[in-house]
Amino acid sequence: MTAVTETAAPATTTLTFAKALTAALGDAMEADKSVVMFGEDVGPLGGVFRITDGLTKRFGEERCFDTPLAEAGIMGMAVGMAMNGMRPVVEMQFDAFAYPAFEQVVSHVAKMANRTKGQVRLPMVIRIPYAGGIGGVEHHCDSSESYYVHTPGLTVVAPSTVADAYTMLREAIELNDPVVFLEPKKLYWSKEQVDLEALRAKFDGGEPDDDASIGRAVIAREGTDATLIAYGPSVPTAIAAAEAAAEEGRSLQVIDIRSIVPFDDETVTNAVRKTGRAVVIAEASGFASVASEIVARVQERCFHSLAAPVLRVTGFDIPYPAPKLEHWHLPSVDRILDAVDDLQWED
Amino acid sequence: MSNDIGEKTRAEAFMLPAEHPIQLIDENGAVQSAANSSGEPYTMPDDQELLAAYEKLVAGRRVNDQAGALVRQGKLAVYPSSHGQEACQVAAAVVLSKQDWLFPTYRDTVAVMSRGVNPVEVLTLLRGTWHAGYNPYEFNVATQATPLATQLLHAVGVAHAAKLKGEDTVVLAMCGDGATSEGDFHEALNFAAVFHVPVVFFVQNNEYAISVPLKNQSVAPSLAHKAVGYGMPGERVDGNDLAALLSVLGHAVDRARAGGGPFLVEAHTYRMQAHTNADDATRYRTDEEVQKWVSRDPVSRMQTYLSARNMFDDDAVAAIAASAEDIASALRDGMNSEPEVDPEDLFRYVYSKPTPQLQEQAAMLREEISRENSGA
Repeated sequence: MTAVTETAAPATTTLTFAKALTAALGDAMEADKSVVMFGEDVGPLGGVFRITDGLTKRFGEERCFDTPLAEAGIMGMAVGMAMNGMRPVVEMQFDAFAYPAFEQVVSHVAKMANRTKGQVRLPMVIRIPYAGGIGGVEHHCDSSESYYVHTPGLTVVAPSTVADAYTMLREAIELNDPVVFLEPKKLYWSKEQVDLEALRAKFDGGEPDDDASIGRAVIAREGTDATLIAYGPSVPTAIAAAEAAAEEGRSLQVIDIRSIVPFDDETVTNAVRKTGRAVVIAEASGFASVASEIVARVQERCFHSLAAPVLRVTGFDIPYPAPKLEHWHLPSVDRILDAVDDLQWED
Repeated sequence: MSNDIGEKTRAEAFMLPAEHPIQLIDENGAVQSAANSSGEPYTMPDDQELLAAYEKLVAGRRVNDQAGALVRQGKLAVYPSSHGQEACQVAAAVVLSKQDWLFPTYRDTVAVMSRGVNPVEVLTLLRGTWHAGYNPYEFNVATQATPLATQLLHAVGVAHAAKLKGEDTVVLAMCGDGATSEGDFHEALNFAAVFHVPVVFFVQNNEYAISVPLKNQSVAPSLAHKAVGYGMPGERVDGNDLAALLSVLGHAVDRARAGGGPFLVEAHTYRMQAHTNADDATRYRTDEEVQKWVSRDPVSRMQTYLSARNMFDDDAVAAIAASAEDIASALRDGMNSEPEVDPEDLFRYVYSKPTPQLQEQAAMLREEISRENSGA
């Protein structure tokens, strides 16, 4: 405390989702010199989405660097670096560009700790700009989360808020397990008022505490009539749907899953048991998807509290559409409200 | 990232393999001279170094034979034997220093034990009690890779991290001829060259990828010639000549340690036995072809040479054989003991902290086992 009263700096600043990620990377690299960042165009260019903007200049080309254009190479080299004391963060330039690295992810990244009975842990983060809604051409808009969540050994998260973008990326880098960090591309430019210093203070030393965001879902909006369950790019759409429903007198709760693996059954179960109705929303094709898994888990745990079957609003079971057609594919406010209307309110 | 290989990259003569595979002791045990494409001679290792390596060679051969017997007795699920390739196996291990790393494949059991790992632990994978049976950090030996060529990239990563940390570490990464067709082989060599990291890639060309002969994998002049395309030197070596292997691999390791960057070595050898006990090699190769390689055997060749150098008498030969027999005996004892498996291990190591879902599944299995044990 100082004796002189000064004009206090505003506690919050306006930050984009992208800048929150950049801040998280910079802060993590500042705090721990074993953290290195590499991938395609992440050096002087700062990445095609500018998430690594300024990191090479700030930390040098040994800490943030470009690699040859080969995703399995990036992933495999990260495995070796993690084996030898580093905490690599790699960027797969786009969701669909990560597929060449799939064998490394499934056979090595995910399994190394288990194969070696915990003797070799891989503290690495796989950042993937993912999902659609930005008018991208083919191979740039895949919702590829199901491939990763179906692979035991991977932690898979998809934040939807600016604060979570910062906090969850810091947590992911500090975790001793490999994390697939899904960054909804269409949210990169979304803005929020956040208290960055308060977010940073959680990482001022010591072990990650019990209120870690990874492993915990959050209630993004309170409501009493039905629960909308979403993650990543679908969360703002769900909130918009809840706002529209409120104008019509219906109170919808929104849960932001944000951590797909580990999955927070407790928060979801407690919420749906109270409202008795639920709709799961995700951009990915619905068949055999994360949305399907959530529906199954909710039915298993909340059956006696449910007034209606749990419904899904997902992308169609089609390859991701061309830009002029994607709006028909993506979950929309209207489609969510239609699903809510179908939750057997008359019974 | 700085890349200071410019001048060397343009010196093709420096990087091309020599005209013939490097051989220092021929199949009759006679001394040969050999040099790289720049005319620099490969020097014969001294007798003591060869004798020490020969002891590991004999032990390796004995363990290969013992493991085959254990498969027939049902003690091992499967064993991919390196019979005939033991010189490659031993050389890969003994050219490294303590701080260095070895990245082996599933066929490289003898290389792993030559670096100090207990053969009983090495064979955990093939015994079926867990996946990796030894702690990679104890002897700096990575887990034996089953997916082909993927481990070469891990080797590059370990070397890259060592370079960033300023550590004096060389990584030797092994693969077979078939693995050179995989994309990860290409990516690993390219990454190693671009980042100029100390990795020696060691290809054991044993002529077959299960049943497919080398001519169906590649029509390159040799696998070692592929090095030129990445901007690193390559060399071919007689893979059944322990002396030549020690000399060439030793040179590659020294060069990498001195900051010279990666190196590709192709050893020309032969898989004397089938791919595994589950394979039938008579379906794709003739006995006549196999017999040609018997006279090139790496063990008898080195014994002939060392005898001629008066490095051992009959007693010494017997003592080396007895020492190998002790290793085989300990391996038998280890494999004959009742395997210990703990069902809780299924869930224990998937994450640093088991997820709530894995905790539930572990509890379910515990309950099932408890009911079984109580006869319910």
